Amino acid sequence: MKIIIVGVGKVGYTLASHLCHEDNEVTLVDSHMTALDKAQETLDLIGIKGSGLSIQALVEAGVRETDLVIATTSSDEVNMLCCLSAKRMGVPHTIARIRNPEYSREISSLKREIGLDMVINPEQETAAEIARILRFPAAINVDPFAGGRIELVAYRIMSTDPIKGRPLAEVMTSVKEKVLFCTVLRGDDVIIPDGSFVLQEEDIAHIIGRASQILAFFRRIGKETHSVKNVMVIGGGRIAYYLCDTIARSNIKVKIIEQDKDRCKELDELLPNCIIIHGDGTDENLLAQEAIEKCESLVSITGNDEENLITALYASHMGVPKVVTKVTRDNYGRIMQNLKLDCTVSPKNITAAQIIRFVRALKNTIGSNVETLYKIVGGRAEALQFCANETTAHLNVPLKDITFKPNFIVAAIARKGEIIIPTGNDFIQKKDTVIIVSSQANVVDLNDVFADGGKQP
Amino acid sequence: MNFRLIFRVMGFVLRCEAGLLALPALVSAVYGEWDMFLVFLGVIAFSLLASGLMLLKKPSSMHLQAREGFFAVAMTWIVLACVGAFPFYFSGYFQGYIDCVFEAMSGFTTTGSTILTEVESLPKGILFWRSFTHWVGGMGILVFVLGIMPNMDPSSIQLMKAESPGPAPGKLVPKLKDTARLLYTIYFVMTAVQILLLCMVGMPFYDSVIHAMGTAGTGGFSSRNLSVGAYNNVPAEMIIAVFMLLFGVNFNIYYMTLRRQWNGIKENEELRWYLIVVGTSILLIMWNILPMCSSVWEAFRYSSFQVSSIITTTGYGTADFNLWPSLSRNILVVLMIVGACAGSTGGGIKVSRLIILFKSLKREISRVLHPNLVKRVKMEGRAISDEIVRNTLVFFFAYILIVVFSILLVSLDGYDLVTSATSVFATISNIGPGLELVGPVGNFSMFSGFAKLVLTFCMLAGRLEIFPVLIVFSPRAWRRDF
Repeated sequence: MKIIIVGVGKVGYTLASHLCHEDNEVTLVDSHMTALDKAQETLDLIGIKGSGLSIQALVEAGVRETDLVIATTSSDEVNMLCCLSAKRMGVPHTIARIRNPEYSREISSLKREIGLDMVINPEQETAAEIARILRFPAAINVDPFAGGRIELVAYRIMSTDPIKGRPLAEVMTSVKEKVLFCTVLRGDDVIIPDGSFVLQEEDIAHIIGRASQILAFFRRIGKETHSVKNVMVIGGGRIAYYLCDTIARSNIKVKIIEQDKDRCKELDELLPNCIIIHGDGTDENLLAQEAIEKCESLVSITGNDEENLITALYASHMGVPKVVTKVTRDNYGRIMQNLKLDCTVSPKNITAAQIIRFVRALKNTIGSNVETLYKIVGGRAEALQFCANETTAHLNVPLKDITFKPNFIVAAIARKGEIIIPTGNDFIQKKDTVIIVSSQANVVDLNDVFADGGKQP
Repeated sequence: MNFRLIFRVMGFVLRCEAGLLALPALVSAVYGEWDMFLVFLGVIAFSLLASGLMLLKKPSSMHLQAREGFFAVAMTWIVLACVGAFPFYFSGYFQGYIDCVFEAMSGFTTTGSTILTEVESLPKGILFWRSFTHWVGGMGILVFVLGIMPNMDPSSIQLMKAESPGPAPGKLVPKLKDTARLLYTIYFVMTAVQILLLCMVGMPFYDSVIHAMGTAGTGGFSSRNLSVGAYNNVPAEMIIAVFMLLFGVNFNIYYMTLRRQWNGIKENEELRWYLIVVGTSILLIMWNILPMCSSVWEAFRYSSFQVSSIITTTGYGTADFNLWPSLSRNILVVLMIVGACAGSTGGGIKVSRLIILFKSLKREISRVLHPNLVKRVKMEGRAISDEIVRNTLVFFFAYILIVVFSILLVSLDGYDLVTSATSVFATISNIGPGLELVGPVGNFSMFSGFAKLVLTFCMLAGRLEIFPVLIVFSPRAWRRDF
């Protein structure tokens, strides 16, 4: 697919690198040569210097033959205009990043008026992710699938967990709930577990299943399943606004600490039900004054990774049970994991993942039939949603009789609104939505997961 | 201070007053009271002459600063009352000029306190003028002038700000003149509707006009000694009660109704609290006076009328609430202090100010719990500027200060505490009757001239919301240079 990315910031670069790896023809447009140079040196793509609003630059980038234009400059207005003119020049699909809360309230009319196929708001997406985590604090991460009917939940195995040290087959027969362990992260290795796999302390397991089933499962193994009751938010940026706007409605008490006085005043007006504190979120005295030890959760989302890290560490040290940290730089991931700050969110990755999901779906019409894609385990594994059709091999064959490639697992099957968490006796039918979890990238068709590549025997 | 400009404003107002006086003159002529007709003509001639003198010299600058606006409004109102007292003085029914000024000020400030023991024998022209001052004073004489004055400087908004009640008065439509006209149109139409309704339930036309004007301005002068109670006409009482409540609502609400902005009305915090206070008070008083009444319906009839009459600061009476139990009397005194909504024709501290005060109090308490808290006082979800909050706090202090000093000064006359205190509350909140000697069947005639002047001052301070009046009494404002 031919893709033009306008604006090579953090998101633009991440996006370009993912899209390049998935074998797309990517052209970058940016007015800063240094950013272009950096991308051209590390990635297999071409950069055009110019403004995203310049017709000439767009034409030079080959806008007339392009399938998709993604505008991710720092300015919402530039992104909108860029997509508008690209659409006028015949680009079939456009994606714009729009992050101003004022626009976000009228996104549907904007999409209609400008003809945008997708609007991406990194802060809003990040906030939604944090909100999901706060509603289910036992988990490290919660991803919705199949229109929210099933969830993929990550959590860390503790020394006290009863399921530790037993083979999975034995664990699963002892519980009634229909859930499935689809990946386990042990150290740096991503493992797709089978029945003989034994969970150890410190493993991060991903469980798939219906939300109610997962809740029941967690209750059975003795985990907290209710939502947090209060949250302290460090940093009052846009993420904080979106986050608090949603969670304050579900009766979670919110306290926001923000350094900038004027921003505090704005937030106070925007979020009448939240307590807005003016001060430095890394100041221990301030945190003590605001009773950090009584917090059920702390969300550290300032613009500075290091500040977030320090605050999160301090909060963990003070015994806050649930700490969510925003990290922008990828290279901190390992450190965070070692420090047991599992809950990290990265707006950049969330945005990129969303756009890639969209691109994959677009490609679906051209060849691949991936409906949605989720990067899990920090991007090291994928959960893919396919629709089974006539070309799919091994229809109506029980799963235990099919040989899969290593590192693949059929995690769920959605059939006519019903969710099946498959066992060996289940099978795939035509028109089923099948969710595959894999530790390999570049799966474009359901047949790719079979050992025989889907060739009919 | 640009005194010539202030003179000019006063000149315009006097010219207006001359025009307004033509109406009672007409009424006198219709009812054949020719001696009163001549008195009105004389006062009209005097006003025109005085205004001509004031408008003689053109000011060098037409730009009003905030201080000039405040000063001009206060001076205008004083002159207005002094000239408006002439018809009373020359009619011969009043004793002394101070009484007349008291009565005229009571009229223009929509207070409705009277020094007359008996009103029914007064000429119709005088009674009409008395009530007509309510109607003009309710919406404001300067708002009226702004609606008709030609070649207005945009800075004239200062006049409206100084005269309109509430913590943050503003325009409804982009043009000041259109705003003034719009306000008076709404005001006029509502008054006309009320006159019509009162006529329909059997009140004589003349009495309907008098009471509708008294209701519209939330004044309270009646043409009968027993006020509205004299008619013993339940439908008329209910119409007046409802219209009193309506005139106690911010006129912005009616503008929103015209523009069908129902959401704005639904979310209006002041309106909500106003209705809550009215409803709660009616129920409490009903329950409290039930033993004195023959039925629940009668209790509702008296309590609802009295509550709307007092909270809107009108001051009409259908019952002698001075005889009611202590709780009811005290609720009424509290309502006197609360007053109506900002931007209405009513007086008092205003519901919106009290909301701001309560919210500031709440904020101070949470600030103790969270010393670094950032929280702004909000109305309808929007933050109120700190300036308005500060202004409201200071207003409240000034209000208390004036009340305390006035009570001290009035008590020189030696009347009991309730009489002295409620006479001050009744005048500063522009209500009319207080309790005990100044209760609904009493009047203010027994006070000394000095006490009457103090109460006249209270009326003006209450109507103009204190600051304009304090500026007139501040020596610095009078200095030409600085």
